Amino acid sequence: MTDLTHMTLADARDALKAKKISSVELTQAHIAAVEAARPLGAYVLETPDQARAMAQASDEKIAKGEAGPLEGIPLGIKDLYATKGVRTTACSNILANFVPQYESTVSSQLWRDGAVMLGKLSNDEFAMGSSNESSSFGPVASPWTPPNWSAENAKAALSGDKKGLLVPGGSSGGSASAVAAGLCLGATATDTGGSIRQPAAFTGTVGIKPTYGRCSRWGIVAFASSLDQAGPIARTVRDTAIMLRSMAGHDAKDTTSVDRAVPDYEAAIGRSVKGMKIGIPKEYRVEGMSAEIDALWTKGADMLRAAGAEIVEISLPHTKYALPAYYIVAPAEASSNLARYDGVRYGLRVPGKDITEMYEKTRAAGFGPEVRRRIMIGTYVLSAGYYDAYYVRAQQIRTLIKQDFEKAYASGVDAVLTPATPSPAFGIGEKSGADPVEMYLNDVFTVTVNMAGLPGLAVPAGLSSDGLPLGLQLIGRPFDEETLFSLGEVIEQAAGRTKLPEAWWA
Amino acid sequence: MSVDQATVRRIARLARIAVTDEEVPHLMGELNAMLSFVEQLGEVDVTGVEPMTSVTPMAMKKRVDQVSDGGYPETVTGNAPMTEDHYFLVPKVVE
Repeated sequence: MTDLTHMTLADARDALKAKKISSVELTQAHIAAVEAARPLGAYVLETPDQARAMAQASDEKIAKGEAGPLEGIPLGIKDLYATKGVRTTACSNILANFVPQYESTVSSQLWRDGAVMLGKLSNDEFAMGSSNESSSFGPVASPWTPPNWSAENAKAALSGDKKGLLVPGGSSGGSASAVAAGLCLGATATDTGGSIRQPAAFTGTVGIKPTYGRCSRWGIVAFASSLDQAGPIARTVRDTAIMLRSMAGHDAKDTTSVDRAVPDYEAAIGRSVKGMKIGIPKEYRVEGMSAEIDALWTKGADMLRAAGAEIVEISLPHTKYALPAYYIVAPAEASSNLARYDGVRYGLRVPGKDITEMYEKTRAAGFGPEVRRRIMIGTYVLSAGYYDAYYVRAQQIRTLIKQDFEKAYASGVDAVLTPATPSPAFGIGEKSGADPVEMYLNDVFTVTVNMAGLPGLAVPAGLSSDGLPLGLQLIGRPFDEETLFSLGEVIEQAAGRTKLPEAWWA
Repeated sequence: MSVDQATVRRIARLARIAVTDEEVPHLMGELNAMLSFVEQLGEVDVTGVEPMTSVTPMAMKKRVDQVSDGGYPETVTGNAPMTEDHYFLVPKVVE
């Protein structure tokens, strides 16, 4: 049965179509794997009955020759996506018992195309974090073990507080952990500052944050609306291309979703990259960057050069300001979006002597420390007297960051290559000190892409000296995800697919 | 710029989040760490730069101003902590 959970999504699709396997057996194998992997904490809710029923329906459709593009493929859904009749919490106590009466547009498109839902995946509370440690369900462990740890050591830590095991990254840590551990063939994720790409890089999986507006945000719990985008995490570049085709598309219910045709992204896999111009931004060679990351970056450029691409140095001068500007814009939008959690229409309610006290007690009890901190900083930068100094200035800097990319693309650059993260995965509990900024630095290479609304793909490119996965990031022109898939495939082929860990947890 | 304890309490009040006396110094430290991190934005010359309002240039979509959905109050109030006759219940706000 292990084979069924370690197939690529593309191979499973082809085997289903050829009737070599059934969706029921494929789904059953995944249900069993998910159960055996409960200690990892990737799933916060399993929906095996629904999965079996959907698989059964898929097999009938396949038999009738009516299969959709994802027919019978078992997927995991990040708990930020509203799923009709299935508890959706954003991994926050304030939504602990929330059962949506509607389905998010993106997940509804996956079901439309035949996919099977295995359950809901953990994330940092309201997607605020880079380690999945702020989930109300507790931390998620990566299936990758720390260097020199035996399976026994890892199992012992897993049955305890998980300290020392590796984080899968965040905020889509449950998605990345589940994909890497063979607990689904692909997963939905979301990315506001790096929440798809950083966990993909930490777990040896592939993730793409599409261009802002490519996927509908309707029915996805909002964090920072001008930065949030949905996207997939899967085990190969091709698999993410297949998923994105189903996830993308115009939706009248999201005014920022863009009305343009969705290409057949899979067709971009294997397309020649000869003559493409790849920019290497010198500002990403940040102070204190490890030699290992620098070497990986050079190796990635060599791989693309060997495939016929031209490598050029470019300058994105405002890069260093992206992260601090993000920590004004994102909390400001979060403070506004999260005002809806007031104990009146849904979610937790803690009684008070008057309505203000009810609000204050409800929100103090419902939000975890990181969410509370971000709401407060957002409230501050939007408050009277500080709005111009902080918020307006950050939005001006955002314009400059976008212009940096526009200039690079105008000079003929087709895509930009950077490291995905400044380091491999760190340990659970390792970065929970008093200074929140230490954790924020994880997103230093990814956050620029959200600020500029561009597409970004993270692809595994090798292992660290300690044997942990490292990823590279490809940044594209707006709505040119296809080029990223072509280039990503070149890196995946040249680097060789990352061998994912054996199931030591089972 | 940095915040003092009184400002932390004022922000918490604005954000409608109750904070205890013990939490205030801790929160002050965290907020000041964030504020000192963003301070470097002050060195950027932003003269004449338009603040971003939309990351993807597009015309604001409009729709006809008419009801397009509704008629199921049970569903709308289904997740509410307290309801009565399809109304959301809150503590008394007008004496």
